[in-house]
Amino acid sequence: MRPRAGLDGRVLARLAEIVGPEHVLVGNSATLVYECDGFTLERQAPAAAVLPGSAAEVAQVVRVLHAAGIPFVPRGAGTSLSGTTIPPHDAVIISLARMNRILHLDFRNRRAVVEPGVVNAWISREAAPRGYLYAPDPSSQAACTIGGNVGTNAGGPHTLKYGVTVNHILGVELVLPDGQVVELGGPVEDLPGYDLVGLVTGSEGTLGIVTKIVVRLVREPEGCRTLLAVFDSVDDATRTVSGIIEQGIIPAALEMMDNLVIQAVEEAFGFGFPLDAAAVLIIEVDGLEVGLDEQAEACAAICRANRARELRTAATEEERRLLWMSRKKAFGALGRLAPSYVTQDGVVPRTRLPEMLALTAEIGRKYGLRIANVFHAGDGNIHPILLYDERNPDEVRRVIQASDEILSACIDMGGSITGEHGVGIEKVSHMRRMFSEADLAAMLDVRAVFNPRGLCNPGKIFPSPGGCVEVQRPRRPAPA
Amino acid sequence: MAGGKAAQTVPQAAIPMDQLLRCVHCGLCTSACPTYLELGNEADSPRGRLYLMRAVAEGRLEWTADVVGHLDLCLECRACETACPAGVPYGQLLEAARADIARTYRRPWRERLLLALLRDMLFPYPGRLAAALRPVRSLRGALKRLAGLLPGDVRRMLALLPPGAPSACPPLPSVIPAQGLRRYRVALLTGCVAQVLFPEVNWATARVLAANGCEVVVPARQGCCGALHLHSGAREAARAFARRNVAAFDLDDVDAVITNAAGCGSTLKEYGHLLQDDAAASQAARFAGKVRDVAEFLAGIGIVPPAQPVHRVVAYHDACHLAHGQGIRSEPRQLLRAIPGLRLVELPGADHCCGSAGLYNILQPAMAARLLEKKIAAIASTGADTVATGNPGCLMQIAKGLRERGLAVDVRHPVELLAEAYGFSRAGDLSTGDDSSTRGARAGA
Repeated sequence: MRPRAGLDGRVLARLAEIVGPEHVLVGNSATLVYECDGFTLERQAPAAAVLPGSAAEVAQVVRVLHAAGIPFVPRGAGTSLSGTTIPPHDAVIISLARMNRILHLDFRNRRAVVEPGVVNAWISREAAPRGYLYAPDPSSQAACTIGGNVGTNAGGPHTLKYGVTVNHILGVELVLPDGQVVELGGPVEDLPGYDLVGLVTGSEGTLGIVTKIVVRLVREPEGCRTLLAVFDSVDDATRTVSGIIEQGIIPAALEMMDNLVIQAVEEAFGFGFPLDAAAVLIIEVDGLEVGLDEQAEACAAICRANRARELRTAATEEERRLLWMSRKKAFGALGRLAPSYVTQDGVVPRTRLPEMLALTAEIGRKYGLRIANVFHAGDGNIHPILLYDERNPDEVRRVIQASDEILSACIDMGGSITGEHGVGIEKVSHMRRMFSEADLAAMLDVRAVFNPRGLCNPGKIFPSPGGCVEVQRPRRPAPA
Repeated sequence: MAGGKAAQTVPQAAIPMDQLLRCVHCGLCTSACPTYLELGNEADSPRGRLYLMRAVAEGRLEWTADVVGHLDLCLECRACETACPAGVPYGQLLEAARADIARTYRRPWRERLLLALLRDMLFPYPGRLAAALRPVRSLRGALKRLAGLLPGDVRRMLALLPPGAPSACPPLPSVIPAQGLRRYRVALLTGCVAQVLFPEVNWATARVLAANGCEVVVPARQGCCGALHLHSGAREAARAFARRNVAAFDLDDVDAVITNAAGCGSTLKEYGHLLQDDAAASQAARFAGKVRDVAEFLAGIGIVPPAQPVHRVVAYHDACHLAHGQGIRSEPRQLLRAIPGLRLVELPGADHCCGSAGLYNILQPAMAARLLEKKIAAIASTGADTVATGNPGCLMQIAKGLRERGLAVDVRHPVELLAEAYGFSRAGDLSTGDDSSTRGARAGA
């Protein structure tokens, strides 16, 4: 029950004074649950977890840890798919879960001020009666928090048209890694000076801890049409995606699910997906009522030209809701097919989607793994989901190798190793393949301005300086 | 801060590992969990609790006071099961873990005493409960003055008791004939606590069923459903109650077994699982297949349109074990909407637990009070004059919250409102007994 080295009784007592003793968690049984997030290939329990209740408490906690030289890691709902919140063994988790209040909804100025622990979907839920919503809608939006969304610059199905998190954050209050509190951005669009809000968004907690966020509210579209197109080949589905984008149509969302995913979500939600389909596309167009039918028909024509065997339109709002829930909860539904999975998050140019998917299937065969695909096709943002059993060390090794090959292929095709989940701890070793040493040095220089001692979320995004190619970096095996 | 006592070792197979492994740690359950939303501690979330169970099953942790505390704090509202895309049978896993705790972990004497008194000796037996309540009710005034001297647990139980005299409904007869043409023959489960505290709900259920062409039989040998036992780790006792009920109902004779208590219904529907390795397994599965909540059954057969206007503004609260346990959400609302004159308003967070949760509001009073406060605030925000909900625990808990806040809002089971709409007034028509008091703040505590 004794805290680990670095975090002595004196520091713990100070933390307890700040947040209250019941909000300082130490000891094996209390910290064990913080040893991983949505990414479970690596696990490490923190030395302690602290649950502050206000921005002032966060700042005080950070000051104490900074003074004691103890690293710390911010955590929201712990839904990260790249291990962004996995701590080094001597670190303290700063959980923002208690800071979950929507502070202000300002419809006349179309913005909301929220605490970082507010769940993404809550903002739209509260704004809906007035006809507004918060646009970025990551698949985990029913549970993931805005603080984490800022950290990873989260995307989602509807970002194809509406943009990602950074396009919807007007300002943040940030506790710097030394405990100073700064306000970046604000209600005014396009402030003079550097775009520090843009810098912080997607920084994965390496520049400080966001304690207040001003988000943009957008008007709900007047209408929408949601199509489900069923295909007998994945190739036809991906060609349809390229076709729609080529025609200059920007759907609100353009999503693909392959057969494995269809099987899982159908078992979970019973929407009525055809179980023998190779792939389905969910295509949504929205905007002013006038012209929507024409847009939907244009998409449908492209589907038919690419041999879609069936086209359905969501007839009711309830049907549309169930269709989207099936899509958004698809990751978790795959838990019905295997004990564990790892979700990859590569990006390729849209025109190379058919090639990338074929390659993914080949990699699956090569390593003897089942790989499911559910992704934001319109963005070229793929999510191959590698199914495995964490009790089988050989399979775990193959999953890591296959993931690595998939991400390398994304880089080779001119894409990226992450579209929205962030680099986290998982893809650190790929950064050197994407960026030159000079690129990385420039980014590390920026980090050093905010986080000179590297105490705030260490070990994330960047390979440790001087470390050589870490492609086959040994990973701690998951406990059997 | 954490601290813990040594605990005993746990047999490896106590919690089914294959079911635990269905959890892929996605975290989508966290925002559905009332205790996580209150405390923000991962160990008080469904994902965290599953992680703890697995750690114990794998020998990484033992059942210490800390670990048991996180599982005790779970309401078993099963909102996480609604949220879970992977289909983790959380309720069953929690019940297995609690049974394991009951076998291997020694609880403090106060908890053991409360469980022995309430769960094992009193609540399952309507006769004993009624006998115990008679002096309490007549001495209520005196007890209230003595409140300061009573132990907290006793005070909390007294606060839950509906005010006024118990309704003077006589026991249900063994058969209530259908009105008009008989369309169905159904058996009614009368419950244990509910039968004593809310006999008028059973009468309303029987009357409404009869008004819809159902002959209602009330099997004499039935007993407690065992939910309280199952949820608190007394698995063997729960199985004994299940066996008794399976034997008490003549399944060939009825189209359905009807319950008006969400908590009972959800347990009755799981009898097949509970007795899967028992001699009565196939009968239990058949029994479970015939169980219907009264709202589910009525919506399924299509009700005779009620004619009597009921001028109320009603907020419907989803009992956890109806919405999350049985997936019954639209049916009760549909029935309420069929009542002329009644205006149904949306209750924000309607399917969030009210904190009642079986024995929870007695064993975990602090968390129960926090959840109740939220529920009452949500009710107040709707402007409704009536709350409708299909579970006796919720009826008691919400009525208590409203009384304490001094809000004049009536609390009713949906079938009571339907009974009103069919012209059975709250008075004599229900049971041809005399008037009974109302449960909301109106009666004054």
